[in-house]
Amino acid sequence: MSRIGLIDYGMGNLHSVQRALQRLDAEVQPVRCAADMVACDGLVLPGVGAFDPAMERLESGELAAAIRGWCENDGALLGICLGLQLLFEASDEGQRSGLGLLRGKVRALPRRPGYPIPHMGWEPLIAATASPLLPAGCPEAWMYFVHSYAAEPSDPSCNTALVQFADAAVTAAVWQGAIGACQFHPEKSGQAGTDLLQRWLRWLAKRQPHQGGKQQQ
Amino acid sequence: MAPRPSAPRPQPIAMVAKRIIPCLDVADGRVVKGVNFVGLRDAGDPVELACLYSASGADELVFLDIAASHQGRATLVDLVRRTAEAVTIPFTVGGGISSVEGITELLRAGADKISLNSAAVRDPQLVSRGAERFGCQCIVVAIDARRRPSLEIDGNGPDGKRAEAKAAGWDVYVKGGRENTGLDAVAWARQVVALGAGEILLTSMDGDGTQAGYDLALTRAVAEAVAVPVIASGGAGCIDHIAEALAPGPEGGSASAALLASLLHDRVLTVEQIKTDLLGRGLNLRPLEIMKKSQPL
Repeated sequence: MSRIGLIDYGMGNLHSVQRALQRLDAEVQPVRCAADMVACDGLVLPGVGAFDPAMERLESGELAAAIRGWCENDGALLGICLGLQLLFEASDEGQRSGLGLLRGKVRALPRRPGYPIPHMGWEPLIAATASPLLPAGCPEAWMYFVHSYAAEPSDPSCNTALVQFADAAVTAAVWQGAIGACQFHPEKSGQAGTDLLQRWLRWLAKRQPHQGGKQQQ
Repeated sequence: MAPRPSAPRPQPIAMVAKRIIPCLDVADGRVVKGVNFVGLRDAGDPVELACLYSASGADELVFLDIAASHQGRATLVDLVRRTAEAVTIPFTVGGGISSVEGITELLRAGADKISLNSAAVRDPQLVSRGAERFGCQCIVVAIDARRRPSLEIDGNGPDGKRAEAKAAGWDVYVKGGRENTGLDAVAWARQVVALGAGEILLTSMDGDGTQAGYDLALTRAVAEAVAVPVIASGGAGCIDHIAEALAPGPEGGSASAALLASLLHDRVLTVEQIKTDLLGRGLNLRPLEIMKKSQPL
């Protein structure tokens, strides 16, 4: 059983993510400071809301530095929604720098007639580079999206799934090293989302112990 | 070079997938209208009903606390918590929420979106405070609209038509439709979106309960006036009505989602029937079979 640290910085619906992981037999503990990460096998960075207030909250404590340290040490991290966008270097939505764990910028979704923003609802994932979240041969999965911005990774091969919005296919999920993230909400995406979280947890369980945060000790 | 798709896959109709949203009226933690489904242990338990709708293919759920009493608030928070534990699709909670503290409490309990109605009229800044704190995607503004009586038109035009067109429109009502605020529904929708509302839940008071169809002109007028998604509500009596509300263009309502209550609760139609039929008409919706199939690992 994996112990998952759920990063609690006051910007998200922690309850839903927590319940989704617990339903899959993960042990979930809130992470509010670096010390909380020590016993964790993997971290989840959730988040809804705006980019700048979120970065402000992460930077005002020691969390931003702790997350960077965790990832530099090959710790596993799963970002969800705003949690994906925060991993990048910057966003059209705000002035602040992001965590910079992934290279690239978060861009506003294109404004097109007939395409309301926020982009809200279920969409099928378009498979890109295979990853532990979305291995090759996954059947079509519809996930629940709520977003007005989408990441543009500098290295497009870190896209593991795209989603069609108006005339563009934008980033739906990324994977690089031990960092994965979803623009959609797997915890709100019914069975398809549950399956994705389960794949992440199984990948996590197969990793060698004492990687990531545990190694910091 | 890693394998990547060179072109987007074809879609049924090039638009964002539409949503089918059952709405449950609750009071003191119980479903208000009698819902008599076979197989429910407790027909009045909103959580069990939410699970049933979720399993049958609903894309989201809405809970409206119609009592919205002070004592009922703790019960509502408990209901939200239990729903969040049991259901893996998004849900909105509304009814009597009038402060950022109230919003916070329900979001922390597991609601995905909060619907503001009368409180937004009383205090429009509540919309912006909520959106600043939690993001616009979780602030829904519910608008109850009723077609303006055309009595006050001058009738000066030779055919009377032009005068009527000038007076046509919809007023915003609060307090369960008892009080006319005098606000124009389209202008109010624009205003709340400018304040940060991420979605409009638009109910036609004229259509509500009639099963004569959504007010398509109202739905279209609001959907065209704002950039955010509009949920059509009030008046659905058959699948044709739902298809019309979701259809783009001058004939349709251009809504992003359709809210359904008695049609489902009275078992006139099931979510499966509605989605199967709409998919057959080429509408873009989350399909049922994908949803039921568990992915191999």
